[in-house]
Amino acid sequence: MKQKEFEARHQILWQQLEHWLAGYEKGTGAESEVISDLPASYRRLCQHLAVAKERQYTSGLIARLNQLVMECHQRLYQQKSVSSNRWLEFIFGGFPRALREQAQFVWLACALFLAPALVMGLGCYWNDALIYAVMSPEQVTQFESMYDPANDVLGRERGSDSDLMMFGFYIKNNIGIAFRTFASGILFGLGSIFFLVFNGIYLGAVFGHISRVGFASTFYPFVIGHGAFELTAIVFAGAAGLRLGHALVNPGQLRRIHALRNAGRDAMKIMYGTFLMLVIAAFLEAFWSSSTQLDISVKLAVGGFFWLLVIGYCVLAGRQHAPTQSAPHIAAGGIA
Amino acid sequence: MLQSSRTQSESETNRLDTLYGTETPEGIDLTAQLAGPVPRILAYSVDLFYRSLILLALAIALAFADRAGWGIWLLTSFFLEWFYPVFFEVFKGGQTPGKKAFSLAVVNDNLTPVTWSASIMRNLLRFADFLPFGYCTGILSMTCSRHFQRLGDFAAGTIVVYRERHKDGVALPDVSPAPPPRGLKLQDQQAIVSLTERSSELSSARQQELADLLQPLTGKSGSAGLQQLQGIGRWLLGARREK
Repeated sequence: MKQKEFEARHQILWQQLEHWLAGYEKGTGAESEVISDLPASYRRLCQHLAVAKERQYTSGLIARLNQLVMECHQRLYQQKSVSSNRWLEFIFGGFPRALREQAQFVWLACALFLAPALVMGLGCYWNDALIYAVMSPEQVTQFESMYDPANDVLGRERGSDSDLMMFGFYIKNNIGIAFRTFASGILFGLGSIFFLVFNGIYLGAVFGHISRVGFASTFYPFVIGHGAFELTAIVFAGAAGLRLGHALVNPGQLRRIHALRNAGRDAMKIMYGTFLMLVIAAFLEAFWSSSTQLDISVKLAVGGFFWLLVIGYCVLAGRQHAPTQSAPHIAAGGIA
Repeated sequence: MLQSSRTQSESETNRLDTLYGTETPEGIDLTAQLAGPVPRILAYSVDLFYRSLILLALAIALAFADRAGWGIWLLTSFFLEWFYPVFFEVFKGGQTPGKKAFSLAVVNDNLTPVTWSASIMRNLLRFADFLPFGYCTGILSMTCSRHFQRLGDFAAGTIVVYRERHKDGVALPDVSPAPPPRGLKLQDQQAIVSLTERSSELSSARQQELADLLQPLTGKSGSAGLQQLQGIGRWLLGARREK
């Protein structure tokens, strides 16, 4: 069959598909007939492309059919949007399970964060000068004035309308830190290690110094509430980053690129949960921790409850259901 | 011997080519043109421009809202920084406004539309690609990798391809179809057909130069030879003389 004949015979199908793809689906009845059985039309189209290639028709025609097949392919194999069911399942079971699957990285990140924090905290508690190794004197006085019990506002100095501003600030700053801690993990884990240790040192210094100058009564009630979500989330982001780096350093039996892809899937599960935790943390920090009306004991009690909640959630949630070969993996398998 | 050297040279050109191929479940080989660093950097600059414009406009608009306004501005800048590309890649067929301007699109490496996870992954890892400054790591990774992937693309399993709109019907030269001489090989036929199809793209001098190479076949030179070849080309495509 000559190309002209071939084109003339199938032109209608191609045109209808092209119109549909361009968004003309609300057309005449004849069009919807082709579209209503898209898989069948698509298979015919695939056959046309194969025939055109086999018969060595011109490159223009093959390019057109290739383009058409690709666009139909994209429509047919589109991923369904995430249903709310899967979100709930993820929050109540998937996320803690993902954390426990990567327990070794979570513990490693935890150690990388807490060990420098502990050393620096104790150091700054015992030694007045050590804090100036990580902070300028202006920063130190600023920090001291924030948590001075003589102040009637906590955290940063603020009026009543600035809660929203601080919320924006915490979202941008803290979630940004977590994202960077995760992303830089792809550099063979070095970035995550750096950010975890750096934040550990900085935080330990602040804790140690504030305790030393005796502002503990304002500082701890302020940080305990959102710290439950924020500090753990930073550690989790670091763990996800370490998972990426580990895949590159030690890919095992796989090629590095495939090991990285698998690690990416595992890490993304952790990052979704981390993002949610950080939003909660920013919300608490802006609207709860800074409140001055509440009694210190109430804040400590609620803060302690948050800590128990987060730890209990990570350790216990999602154990009762046997992990059905989790849906995200099937979806991911679809991409691979 | 001749055969093996030819297949080798074919794989050689495939290695240099920016054509990306994948097989669909229907047994069809799909191909797409990969986009290199330069158009991607340009597309990124366009996106950067739009984003800065939004932030600037918002800063002016919210200047009267005082501190609450700053909160909204900070929130917006956070989402623009991390999720602006995610939004467009997932909902607009893999094209941010900048990518659209250069007709690029992000797709999974099996040429299906990019998924949420893949898009978020590749955009979170932008930070690693940015290091130490100005996307140095990303550009290095793109230029060294076979499919122009930056680190984020590797981890997410995505590629950036050209999304071409196909040109409707190639205008063929208006000559009357002529039957080809006997014994024309397939390759010769394809060469003549593609010469006919490209008549509007090539200068007439160049076309005549090419046609003159086949003088032994057509027996004519100059524009007459070219017309003869174009007639054969049309015939091969299936056109016949009107009766």
